[in-house]
Amino acid sequence: MTAVEIAAAVRSGQRSARSVIDERLSAIDGSEAEVHAFNLVTADQARARADEIDAAVAAGKDPGPLAGVPVALKDNLCTRGVPTTCSSRILEGWKPPYDAHVVELLREAGAVFVGKTNMDEFAMGSSTENSAFGATRNPLDPSRVPGGSSGGSAAAVAAGFAPVALGSDTGGSIRQPAALCGVVGVKPTYGRVSRYGLVAFASSLDQIGPFTTNVADAAAVLDVIGFPDHRDHTSRLPDPISASDTLDDGVDGLRVGVLAELSGDGIAPDVAARVQAAVRALESAGARVAEASVPSAVYGLSAYYLIAPAEASSNLARYDGVRYGLRVDGASTPDMNTATRSAGFGDEVKRRIMIGTYALSAGYYDAYYGKAQKVRTLIIDDFASVWERFDLLVSPTSPTTAFSLGERTADPMAMYMSDVCTVPVNLTGQAAMSVPYGVGDDGLPVGVQILAPALGEPVMFRAAAVLEASLG
Amino acid sequence: MGQQRITRAECAHVAALARLELTDEELDRFTGQLDELLDHVAEVEALNIDHLAPTMHPLRIGNWLRPDQVGEVLDRDEVLAQAPLVENGQFKVPPVLGEAP
Amino acid sequence: MSADTLDIPGLGAPSDTEWETVVGLEVHAELATDTKLFSASPNQFGGEPNTHIDPVSLGLPGSLPVLNEKAVELAIRVGLALNCRIQPSVFARKNYFYPDMPKDFQISQYDQPINVEGWLELPSGKRVGIERAHLEEDTGKTVHIGGGGRIHEAGYSLVDYNRAGVPLIEIVGRPELRSAEEARQYVAELRAILVAVGASDGKMEEGSLRVDCNVSVRPVGSDRLGTRCEIKNVNSLRSLGRAVEYEARRQIDQLTGGQPVEQQTRHWNEDDGRTHALRSKEEDYDYRYFPEPDLLPLDPSPEWVERIRQVLPPLPRDRRLRLADSAPPVDVDHIALAVERSMDDLALAAISQGGAPERVMTHVVHNLADGPGQLASEALAELVQMEEAGELTATQAKKVLAVLVEAGGSPQDAAQSLGFEAMDTGELEALVDRLIAEHPDEWSRFCEGDNKLTGFFVGQVMKATQGRADGKAVTQLLNSRRS
Ligand SMILES: [Mg+2]
Ligand SMILES: [Zn+2]
Repeated sequence: MTAVEIAAAVRSGQRSARSVIDERLSAIDGSEAEVHAFNLVTADQARARADEIDAAVAAGKDPGPLAGVPVALKDNLCTRGVPTTCSSRILEGWKPPYDAHVVELLREAGAVFVGKTNMDEFAMGSSTENSAFGATRNPLDPSRVPGGSSGGSAAAVAAGFAPVALGSDTGGSIRQPAALCGVVGVKPTYGRVSRYGLVAFASSLDQIGPFTTNVADAAAVLDVIGFPDHRDHTSRLPDPISASDTLDDGVDGLRVGVLAELSGDGIAPDVAARVQAAVRALESAGARVAEASVPSAVYGLSAYYLIAPAEASSNLARYDGVRYGLRVDGASTPDMNTATRSAGFGDEVKRRIMIGTYALSAGYYDAYYGKAQKVRTLIIDDFASVWERFDLLVSPTSPTTAFSLGERTADPMAMYMSDVCTVPVNLTGQAAMSVPYGVGDDGLPVGVQILAPALGEPVMFRAAAVLEASLG
Repeated sequence: MGQQRITRAECAHVAALARLELTDEELDRFTGQLDELLDHVAEVEALNIDHLAPTMHPLRIGNWLRPDQVGEVLDRDEVLAQAPLVENGQFKVPPVLGEAP
Repeated sequence: MSADTLDIPGLGAPSDTEWETVVGLEVHAELATDTKLFSASPNQFGGEPNTHIDPVSLGLPGSLPVLNEKAVELAIRVGLALNCRIQPSVFARKNYFYPDMPKDFQISQYDQPINVEGWLELPSGKRVGIERAHLEEDTGKTVHIGGGGRIHEAGYSLVDYNRAGVPLIEIVGRPELRSAEEARQYVAELRAILVAVGASDGKMEEGSLRVDCNVSVRPVGSDRLGTRCEIKNVNSLRSLGRAVEYEARRQIDQLTGGQPVEQQTRHWNEDDGRTHALRSKEEDYDYRYFPEPDLLPLDPSPEWVERIRQVLPPLPRDRRLRLADSAPPVDVDHIALAVERSMDDLALAAISQGGAPERVMTHVVHNLADGPGQLASEALAELVQMEEAGELTATQAKKVLAVLVEAGGSPQDAAQSLGFEAMDTGELEALVDRLIAEHPDEWSRFCEGDNKLTGFFVGQVMKATQGRADGKAVTQLLNSRRS
């Protein structure tokens, strides 16, 4: 049952929210031990919440557009009184005294929270192997990674633990795991969804978005959470959208560009073939297809691996053992800070904090951070001229299908390359999503990335719906 | 790889700035990995883009401001319950050694 | 002259000798908003520790700053009052670890501050350059337990974040002050401006106004600056003067003793009246400033700035000029003090109602130190007129004034209730003639030119009239009889 179907059934009283959540909880009992999608399953709260929804329905109240829909939350979204760890020892056991904006919105909409999903520590990674609490496995092949950093959320939806999960996308952390797990994943326009209550990795790149099994569900969830907020200064006020309303409008006459720089070198042939198939499907649905070029896109990864760590090095300074989370004692406060951070952060987080600290430090700022911010301008300008000639762009989401656990952990650069197709969109703030489009030679899913200009979600979803339908 | 971009000593300095303590093994490994990354990102050095303005925000939209109205405050007990060490409603820390830099 | 006048022997001595003192001040003022700079918890002095906190001011994971409109308006008011250029500005992160800073970075303005290139005019008319006046957030408070509360000996520390995130404006003045007294006047004037525009309560004792002084010395005539020391913990205008005075002398002794001045941050100790080295500034800390990604650039519209300019109240400088125009040739210190005590409106009214400017100002400055109380401007004007007409002696006028401050009403009634009805000239002449007859020797010596005897006769008259007579009138009478 899709999220949209569940909500309809629960609202009309055809089905109880309780029966829905019980079904998902038993699925979790079945295979969570193998997948390890969750850091925490809040079964009791979920059942109690479901009963509230059913009571509301019985009382003739409107329980909201997502009534009874089970939702899994990435463990970097603050949930009041419920541990929020970012899969890091340094936040182990921390219970936020407040809810993230998206958590408030989903609750008001009648959603039922299933638990907090595993992730790469502080969202730094592309495989969900950088978790202090153990790796998540790909439900479609437990020897493979689910992608990351929102691997737990992608796996939870792929494994049927929940029809909907939220993740965060800083360099591809929603789209790439969605592709590797064969689900739909959306990175909305920067500023579309309030970041209030999302534990920051890189503030100018982070954006919250949904994972779902299908396009319509993703649109329905985005319609709920895509609601700007006065507690996030970078919220785009005031413009909520509806992606659902125009979902079936098709792509007839839309100008679709195939993004050359992200479709050639380094893309596995079987992945490239699926993208070609997707392009043909759009064409036969009436889209006008041509090659599009964003020459500077190839520099996206370099700019990203300077900007994101720089912002992270500052965002993660607050984990000092004073106010919350882990403290490892020391003779002085500086010693205590150092002991706490050295014990609390994993290798990848330490690496990125060091890169970022270095990129911002006296004498290197202009050469690294300053230069990267100019590359960012260059990429934004290149895309701007492309948007004059195209309504949408298409590319692979990931250069390969799901890789094996441990395959890239020893080689950070190889891991970083997994983000090459997804990173440019975070630098520009545009909208993008990954739609599953068949499988590669290894039988594992391939994701097609659809890119839209800022606030272009409605058009983007029309194309996603066409691709979904074309698979029959 | 070209010339070394970051030395072991620079790595140690950066770690200290970030309040991280690294073992010799970690310092060796990180120095190599950071150097490899810096060597890759150095491709942007070739770009002639000095004339471009840096982008600090993907949004190119105007500012808005918060009205000066008092809102909710946090419950102190709920907050202090999360703290490693407290005394008299305050956060307790080891000696700070000196004023802020 | 003013209540805060320094009583340090040899004040200003360095600039009288071959050394010149050079002072530049950085003033932090807490802005008078209801909420914090980036969040909605109350901006309120004191309170139970950690009760004025929210996710943002506590730097909780996931919290985000949102800029307070009122804080920006107050910053613009200050910028306008200090003749600054108001420009588009950008917030930056200043990164360093310290437990009273919840995020371990401070959001401040770095290379693009909101106010730049202004000036402030001292009562003397000297203009002091203002480099910048920018917005930033305050830190929490750390108290050191054990070791007598001294930071280096403390056993541990406790942190209260009530103050964290309180909006500050940091006003950086150019090193154009040349004495402790000028430094004192600069801060007094700046405080008066901040209070006048409603930007701050200016309370140094409560720490809502904090002064860091950069002091250096150089040979008179030299145009390059000497090595400076930054002095912290100056908590009153008086200690500011003393600290600058002490530090200048210390540096001069250092240099004349052949020792170079080391660039340091020093701590003013009120008790021993000395400054003590905190740390040497040699190792410059790497703050890794970068633009705050959670905040959009700030670009106040010209219309908004203009609206703020329109409603700006008259500034101390304008008020001094206004008073000076209407009350020449009054002492500039009297004018400055009247304005500093916000009694310039009372003085202006009394003068316009016919009170002689000099007498009005004398009362305002010397006899109304605790404020005008119930005194109405009409009453002050009338009182001064009675004095002029010799109906009240200076001593009597003071007593009458006290009554008016206490209970209000008219000086006539007050004078009567005190039994001060003026004596008419006939009565006074008769009395003087009688006293001359009673004291022939004194009179003849007076007539031979011994003026000391004026006092004798005035005294006799006062005794006979229990001080009701006007001394001036008696003297005039004696002189007219002598010729
Ligand atoms: Mg500052
Ligand atoms: Zn400051």
